[in-house]
Amino acid sequence: MAAIKNAATVAGLVGGALAAGSVQAVDLPEDRAETMYHLYDGGGVIAQGPAVLIRKSMLDRVSLSGSYYVDAVSNASIDVVTTASKFKETRNQGGLGLDYVVRDTLIHVSGSKSTEPDYQASTISVDLTQDVFGGMTTVALGFSKANDKVGEHGTPGWLDSARHWQYRLGLTQILTPRWTASANLESINDEGLLGSPYRLARVFGTFVHENDPRTRESKALKLSATGDITPEGANNRRSFRADYRYYWDTWGVRGHTLELGYNRDLAPGWLLESSLRYYRQNHALFYSDNAPQQTLYFSRNRELSTMHDFGPAVTVSYTLRSVPGKYDVKLSGSYQFIDFHFADYTVGDSGKAYSYHASVFNTVLSATF
Amino acid sequence: MRMIRSLVAVALASTLALVAATAAAATPATNAAAPDFTLRGADGRNVRLDELRGQVVLVNFWATWCGPCREEMPRLDTLYQKYHKSGFVLLGVNVDDDPRTALATAAKLNVSFPVLLDTDKKVSKLYDLNTMPSTVVIDRDGKMRFLTRGFHAGTERDYEQQIRGLLKE
Amino acid sequence: MRLLRPVPRLACLLASAGATFVLAGCAFKPIEPWVKPYERERLAHPVMKAALNDLPSRQQDHVYTVREGSRGATGVQGGGCGCN
Repeated sequence: MAAIKNAATVAGLVGGALAAGSVQAVDLPEDRAETMYHLYDGGGVIAQGPAVLIRKSMLDRVSLSGSYYVDAVSNASIDVVTTASKFKETRNQGGLGLDYVVRDTLIHVSGSKSTEPDYQASTISVDLTQDVFGGMTTVALGFSKANDKVGEHGTPGWLDSARHWQYRLGLTQILTPRWTASANLESINDEGLLGSPYRLARVFGTFVHENDPRTRESKALKLSATGDITPEGANNRRSFRADYRYYWDTWGVRGHTLELGYNRDLAPGWLLESSLRYYRQNHALFYSDNAPQQTLYFSRNRELSTMHDFGPAVTVSYTLRSVPGKYDVKLSGSYQFIDFHFADYTVGDSGKAYSYHASVFNTVLSATF
Repeated sequence: MRMIRSLVAVALASTLALVAATAAAATPATNAAAPDFTLRGADGRNVRLDELRGQVVLVNFWATWCGPCREEMPRLDTLYQKYHKSGFVLLGVNVDDDPRTALATAAKLNVSFPVLLDTDKKVSKLYDLNTMPSTVVIDRDGKMRFLTRGFHAGTERDYEQQIRGLLKE
Repeated sequence: MRLLRPVPRLACLLASAGATFVLAGCAFKPIEPWVKPYERERLAHPVMKAALNDLPSRQQDHVYTVREGSRGATGVQGGGCGCN
């Protein structure tokens, strides 16, 4: 099929690129180990769990990585409690990756599998990174393919499936000794059961099972710039980052994301990362809080409504032990607050527009060696 | 969708073409005389390249913020220990903005070869460096014979071959 | 439900043209790299990274992907999940 043909094209071109040589050296990612505890609490949903990541280089040309992520969810969100009942579920995701440097191209191949009682997602990815133009520009190309098996509680076996194709193109450019800019384009195509077997939509005031289109094509373009804004002579480095992402898809959703970041060395061994994020989207074509007419596709998925969210995030990291050239151990804690507002999703008999806020927290112990 | 696929294909093909072209364009001018320079070392004394004529000199340009550079240093130290009594000199030219960081890192990496400070980047410009790290091997007559850009596993074996070859001359 | 608007196609074309131009320019080297490798010290400092650790970015990306209609171009390689 088209995806396989494209994968073959990519592979052929990769093979060609390997034969040539270049000027700059592209690096293997550094060896590191991370363990994290994460917690999300908002809108009646609590999701938490541990996660671990290990990356180790071998033979100076290859880096192997493995990760495991556990998401234990307790869901008592507004749509769950009004149309069903609170439930608990655990999702496990494991992944393996391989990074390989050939001449001056970095090749990354990875696979991951996410398992929960009623859903299984398997993904494989290939990414190529190349420094060009004396290292001033970095070009990255990527492809991912995912196969999902969709099930339903109480029904044995899998009832449906979904497939996803992702194409990525990224360009990073060094502008000055202090500023870099980048552009990232990602196209995602989905096919299959893209909605939820449980979620209900509302048509003429009655709750019915939703019906989403079985295909979706989306594109996202993100532009960002990062700069070192440390005043001359100052010891503590500071940086400023601005990102803007524009998203559009065949479901009619258009989303704007704006993020501003400020990072700063606080004192020797202490690093502060802070950011502010604003997101806004308009509703999907077939979305309605209470559809006034029967249409082929209809959904009351909050995720597809006219909504916006905003909030700050802060991360503080502390270097516990550092032996340059040998290892470096850091502990970090992060807190983020997000305020969600929905313009055309209402709750209760009064039909009040829904809003909620969420707290996102994580703590990480990381070591590079 | 088709647009994105052709976009990816075009970008990949262009990368391939460019990579092939830059490979050809990037061949260094070897056998030219190594530009002379004088730099201050860690001990405060000046070292002048021309005064080292008659010996085989390896000049390695490095920085504390460059990962491959730090990886390379211990291997260069091994080479230095092995050959410095046979008429071989290894100079580690650092290009950090802050010389104190450079000297601290060199001490922690425990290198025994001379570390020279090119804080104002004059020598880097003189040698037209376009990669970090870069290594120039100079023969007994002061001519640049080998230029290695970047560092990969096994590069130190290439250096050893080059040094042995030049020491025999 | 095909709604590919003229604006997105233009964005794709621009990105493609931009990429090819940059890459072609490198092949013929009409412009020399103006920030030499030895001048990139500030850019290599950890304060310039978007995120110090990998795992928190995954959590963050997951939080947004599950609760918002947008996805992609974040730099985080996603795995799927049944969180639609």
